[in-house]
Amino acid sequence: MTPGRSADAQDRPSRPVRVRVTSSRRDAATRRDLRPLTRDIDEQTDLGELYMSGLMSAQLRLALRVLAFGAVGLGGLPLLFLLVPETRALEIGNVPFPWLVLGVLVYPVALLVARYYVKQSERIEREFSQVVGRR
Amino acid sequence: MNTVYGLTAIVAVCIVTLAVGAFGLRLSRTTSDFYVAGRTVTPYRNASAIGGEYLSAASFLGIAGLVYSSGFDMLWFPVGYTVGYVVLLVLVAAPLRRSGAYTLPDFAEARLESSRIRLLSSVLVVAIGWLYLLPQLQGAGLALRVVTGAPSWVGSLVVVVVVIANVAAGGMRSITLVQAMQYWLKLTAIAIPAFVLLGVWLGDGAPAPQLADGAGVHWAEPLSGFGGQDHPVYVTYSTMLALALGTMGLPHVLVRFYTNPDGRAARRTTLTVVALLGVFYLFPPVYGVLGRVYLPELPEGVRSDSIVLALPAAVVPGTLGELLSAVLAGGAFAAFLSTASGLTMSVAGVLDQDLLRGRLNRLTGEDSTVVQGFRLATVLAMLVPYAATHLVEPIGLATTVGLAFAVAGSTFCPLLVLGSWWRGLSTVGAAAGLLSGGFLAAGAVLITMLAGPIDGWPGALLGQPAAWTIPIAFSVAVIVSLATPGYIPLHTSRTMVRLHTPEDLQLARAPGHR
Repeated sequence: MTPGRSADAQDRPSRPVRVRVTSSRRDAATRRDLRPLTRDIDEQTDLGELYMSGLMSAQLRLALRVLAFGAVGLGGLPLLFLLVPETRALEIGNVPFPWLVLGVLVYPVALLVARYYVKQSERIEREFSQVVGRR
Repeated sequence: MNTVYGLTAIVAVCIVTLAVGAFGLRLSRTTSDFYVAGRTVTPYRNASAIGGEYLSAASFLGIAGLVYSSGFDMLWFPVGYTVGYVVLLVLVAAPLRRSGAYTLPDFAEARLESSRIRLLSSVLVVAIGWLYLLPQLQGAGLALRVVTGAPSWVGSLVVVVVVIANVAAGGMRSITLVQAMQYWLKLTAIAIPAFVLLGVWLGDGAPAPQLADGAGVHWAEPLSGFGGQDHPVYVTYSTMLALALGTMGLPHVLVRFYTNPDGRAARRTTLTVVALLGVFYLFPPVYGVLGRVYLPELPEGVRSDSIVLALPAAVVPGTLGELLSAVLAGGAFAAFLSTASGLTMSVAGVLDQDLLRGRLNRLTGEDSTVVQGFRLATVLAMLVPYAATHLVEPIGLATTVGLAFAVAGSTFCPLLVLGSWWRGLSTVGAAAGLLSGGFLAAGAVLITMLAGPIDGWPGALLGQPAAWTIPIAFSVAVIVSLATPGYIPLHTSRTMVRLHTPEDLQLARAPGHR
């Protein structure tokens, strides 16, 4: 801010058109612009570390959610067969239920789960890039 | 089986493999080309290559054999092989690629900043690689014997020679091309005969599977004894755990991830792999079930592992059956060649970099080139498991492969997962985890392979050790790390930035080693 400009503003305080000044200041360097968050990460400041652990825990939570789904879905099957013996010989339209699940259905479900994961983790990274890499 | 058709198919597969490899050789020039195909491989081709490399003798022949002999419970094997990639995807795919390392020991060294951990990882990579190569060579011997009646060592030797020629000549770039082709070759070879056989079966009025005398009555039902073993529930869970967590620790699987251009591509590649594997694994159980329908008693001299090759002749006698058998024999050989190539590639890479290069330079007065050292390592990587095929009695292809998964899951899985996600991992803790998991799992494997079948709980616990060795390895790594906070690598935070931030951000990433 130059003394000339502030003097100018004091001379004519009643003219609202001068609001434009803020508009021209938009490309003046602010502190945030001088220090993008990437530098905080590079210099391992507290703020940078905070953003890094935010990214990692978001990704890890997503991974654990997917793993938990798989563990319950697949890991539950032997338990189901053990605890409810009728399911072992259950037939759905002439095809035994266990063979249908483990021989066929598992694969499309695994693919859908994997696709969900890829989309979500790319979204997390996109948001991280937008926040951290903002100029 | 008609020897001429079968031999023609096998020879054709070997020649095509060598020819595609030679085509890649013209493009393979620098060291970087040699190891990671110059990082110019697209996700789709890379995924085909991973699929081609991953579908081994255990997948092509072993699963059908297991389903044939032991029934429903064996479906967990193909499911586990596929789920392993989902686990790998969500836990380590992107961080591994972003680590920028070429091999598992490279990752270990970059993350833990310790050359001792690197050496330990190198030894484990070679051990797991050799353990996994063994059933590939045994399977090749088995297949050639069914086709031609030649003694088992001939088939193993054919694979040894073709793989050495290919890997030593072209390195990874030619192998990537070969592997991508092998996936589609294998899928075609297993799917077309399966459709023909299913058609005949439906035409026959879809007769039900029959059981030979003495076979389990509950063959078609879950938890029927898991191949006649005791404690089927434990074995089921332990096998699932080994396959789900072991995949990421297999040396030939990881090397593939470094050929992706970035972390995002690594994820997309893995997603495609899950799709490709899912399609393939629909077919092997078909052979196991139809085997029960048409071949309730195994013919003289046929092991259950070769049911895939023996089945077509029993279902459609005559030329059609012989042709289908020949197609399957060719596909099986493609499986041995591709998995053995990938394994040899990674074992040779590690042997060359960490164990041979220094000695070779001293011996020749620094006169040997990098590529010469790699070629020497390739020969060594193949000859040791080939020698072992003469010493070890085969215990079933999928069983041996399952043991390799258990060792990989008990050693590299904790290293990779904790290394990617936990800042508190110390050098000492990582080493303790690798050593305890490695010793326990390898010990159980050795006892199982040398002592033969064991009854009761000891047999179940040793035969599939993953359910206790993997948790122990994780716990040891965590507890020892907590006790030795002074040994947490200096640049852990910087390494984490490298492993987890998307590449489009301009960040100071810790320099990759090498």
